[in-house]
Amino acid sequence: MTETAALRIENLSVGYSVKGQMQRILDDVSIEIGRGEAYGLVGESGCGKSTTAFAALRYLPRNGRIQAGRVLIDGQDVYSLDTARLQDLRRRSVAMVYQDPGRALNPSIRIGRQLAEVFELLGEPRATWNRRSVEMLERVRIRDPLSVMARFPHQLSGGMQQRVCIAMALASNPSLLVLDEPTTGLDATVEAEVLDLIRQLRRELKTSILFISHNLAVVAQMCDRVGVLYAGQLVEQGPTAALFRAPRHPYTAELLRCLPDRNRSKADAPLSTIPGFLPLPGSITRGCVFADRCRLADQLCRDVAPEPHLSGERMSRCHHEDRIGELQAGSPPRPPTAPAPGQGEPVLELRHVSKTFGQNAHRVRAVSDVDLTLREGETLGLVGESGSGKTTLAHAILGLSRPDAESAILLDGKALGARLSERSLDEVKALQIVFQNPDSALNRSHTVRRMIGRTISRLLSLSPAARSKRIDDLTRAVRLTPRHLSARPRQLSGGLKQRVAIARAFAGEPRVVICDEPTSALDVSVQAAILNLLVELQASERVSYIFISHDLGVVRYISDRIAVLYLGRLLEFGPAKAVFEGPHHPYTEVLLSSVPSIEDQPRQRVRLNGDIPSATGPVAGCIFHSRCPRKIGAICETQAPPRLHLDGDHIIDCHLPIDRLGRT
Amino acid sequence: MLSIATLWLLSVLIFLGARMLPGNVGRAMLGPFADARAVEQLNHELGTDRPLIEQYATWIGGFVTGDLGESYAYRAPVAPFLWTALVNSAKLGLVAFIMVVPLGLLGGTIAALYRDRAADRILSALGLAATIVPEFVSGIILILVFGVWLRWFPISATPPEGAGLLIQIYHLILPAIPLVLVLFGYIARMARAGMIEALDADYTRTAVLKGLSFPRVIWRHVLRNALLPTISVIATQTVYLIGGLVVIEILFQYQGIGSLIYTAANKKDFPMLQAGILAVGILFTATTLIADLLYALLDPRIRHGGDE
Repeated sequence: MTETAALRIENLSVGYSVKGQMQRILDDVSIEIGRGEAYGLVGESGCGKSTTAFAALRYLPRNGRIQAGRVLIDGQDVYSLDTARLQDLRRRSVAMVYQDPGRALNPSIRIGRQLAEVFELLGEPRATWNRRSVEMLERVRIRDPLSVMARFPHQLSGGMQQRVCIAMALASNPSLLVLDEPTTGLDATVEAEVLDLIRQLRRELKTSILFISHNLAVVAQMCDRVGVLYAGQLVEQGPTAALFRAPRHPYTAELLRCLPDRNRSKADAPLSTIPGFLPLPGSITRGCVFADRCRLADQLCRDVAPEPHLSGERMSRCHHEDRIGELQAGSPPRPPTAPAPGQGEPVLELRHVSKTFGQNAHRVRAVSDVDLTLREGETLGLVGESGSGKTTLAHAILGLSRPDAESAILLDGKALGARLSERSLDEVKALQIVFQNPDSALNRSHTVRRMIGRTISRLLSLSPAARSKRIDDLTRAVRLTPRHLSARPRQLSGGLKQRVAIARAFAGEPRVVICDEPTSALDVSVQAAILNLLVELQASERVSYIFISHDLGVVRYISDRIAVLYLGRLLEFGPAKAVFEGPHHPYTEVLLSSVPSIEDQPRQRVRLNGDIPSATGPVAGCIFHSRCPRKIGAICETQAPPRLHLDGDHIIDCHLPIDRLGRT
Repeated sequence: MLSIATLWLLSVLIFLGARMLPGNVGRAMLGPFADARAVEQLNHELGTDRPLIEQYATWIGGFVTGDLGESYAYRAPVAPFLWTALVNSAKLGLVAFIMVVPLGLLGGTIAALYRDRAADRILSALGLAATIVPEFVSGIILILVFGVWLRWFPISATPPEGAGLLIQIYHLILPAIPLVLVLFGYIARMARAGMIEALDADYTRTAVLKGLSFPRVIWRHVLRNALLPTISVIATQTVYLIGGLVVIEILFQYQGIGSLIYTAANKKDFPMLQAGILAVGILFTATTLIADLLYALLDPRIRHGGDE
């Protein structure tokens, strides 16, 4: 196996020179991927996952240097090849697909030409390029290859673009395929399709795969073996199922415990988090890289770096492998805080809310006739694919865009003005938002104190002393320390920035906070801390949330009720538990089955038909009929579905009888 | 639509601006010793004693119907003068452009390929240095060195009557160089920025990892995306030349739009001045528009924007 390994990384150390100083990013990493094997590399951002991939392909940034070790692809030492041989290796033996397919394709060259280039480089006769390209696109299940080949990348959806990238990567039938976060940023349903495709192609082509992802569940579904990177070191490695079932490194164990999954809710227990931060490159000179954040660490860990400990197929770098079990003990159950859903007074009511964009011929109904009620101290989760109208709805609630005329949005039973300018200060205070990306939501040139202070003086009229006290209270409430107050956003990590954004949203004692994907740009351990914070604030401030997320595990954890949107229509609305357990709407069923999970093996997925259609014009029948896997027949196309009422205010719009709806 | 509003605003400003020049038209034309009554008589004939709004209406009305009026100084229609001047300036500008665009793109591309190394630093420094030297300084130095001492080029840009194309170009090379110097740094900087963005783009990485050779990566995948924005920038730069043209054309005794405007302003020849400046305004608007169209033509994302 050693000689024929598709990829063999031996004791690789990589450094980046930053301001004349070499910083070590990868430290003594060894990985071997056999023929036809899929190897997953996981870890939080900054751990060196992508550096490993690019080092393997000899495509380090200009300031990157290999400090030790070597890389063999198909037995060839990548770093001893001359330019021509390296090009030949890239043409035939190895290919890579990465995140954001829209940018990986050249915007000004047609798909067909970009794909044909691979065959050109392989020295195939020109006459065959077209036929081979069509074959490859068919292979990645693109239905109309010729029309796709005539298009430019921006004319394809994200999922289609990624298929094209995969087709391009596999066209030369390489022995190694490197996938760097190939589905991050895609919708859950699209992600599931792309993963299915990769799995099938792997069986057909026997390609070895290096699969890099921050998403543990995706790796669990896709890979035979897994390596866990932390601060540039491979801290654990082993067969996927065994490693996730019984991790042997504290970092892996903690990472797994941070994940919200569909069986946990905020009422059960807070999520566990990993205290502290990833050490800066080069800052740890002795001892274990994880010691600072490890609950098992003792003096030995701080003084002596653990050597890789091998047993069978497993490897871990820990002095206290035998004590990992101590970490598994659950955190204490949360004392009951929030009242059971459905008991509070309604805070926000949406009545027939619609929003139409465009004029005359090009009308798009982004939101159509949505009725929702949000009660005090309750969290409403909004789920649906991109384009389902989640954000449009949020903007209408906030008064950032004017909904259609017949819409009514009521706060404490009183109708709100359509635009922000038509609302009173109290109404503006009552509705606040936390955005997905704190980087763009915070003013880079202001200090934290100034940002929070400004919001307070805008919303509350307080004396300087009271204002200062309010700033301190808020800072404490979001677990920032006073020294953070004088920091500017660039000095803060993603999680700290999101805390500032949350503090700002809570500055005016809001009734409702809209959280628009507040954790999707964060690592899982940071995400867990932010979710815990939101739950605590909800309990102490009696605030209600509208929580938008594509991560159903997160939505399940934090929500009391869930609304499922599709093309701006409400398909299902009910208590979180009921929506997840079923019976649920066929669309909900699809969404749930798209989510990869760590525990079980690939389940039989319920698939969608086709791409998401555009929401032009009124639709006769059910909006979902064109993609519904459980379509009954003509009735779905012609008649609007009836509203089924289930126990506990659970509603589903579907023609299927309740007993035939799916369950999990 | 916006372009037309801009041009209209420009016409008002030119008109008012011209009237604000100190002095009196009749006096300027007849000289300091002319009889006051003759001056008044002339002002009346020319209409410069009428209310401003009326003068403006007459002028702009004529302008849109193609009547540019009559020059005060030459007592002859403005249009033929203006036309000749525009054609002459266009020739000079074209020669400058043909020299500077390839040089600038090449310089910028080389700088980007050797980013942060000696070649990049030298090119950037040279470009910047060339940009800040005013045309009248570089022009005079060029005349002295190449025209007077070395005698390689004629010091006048105006070719002898009936000269052939080559001779005309020969006369225009020296005057074009100051314009080239001014624009080179700018175009090279834009090209460098565009190149660096494209070199760092994911699609370039895709191309490299496909196994394309470096020259082919550059030629096929980088250049087109890199120079696209640059081209549109260059097109808008056309008009920046005009400021330089005033100096150059006077320095090299060349009958172009720059010297026309300059002379007209000196002689208080309002119809000529206004027509000259408005012509520049129209040119500016038109080139900007063409630049945008050109960009759209080259960028499939804009060209096919409506397809989805």
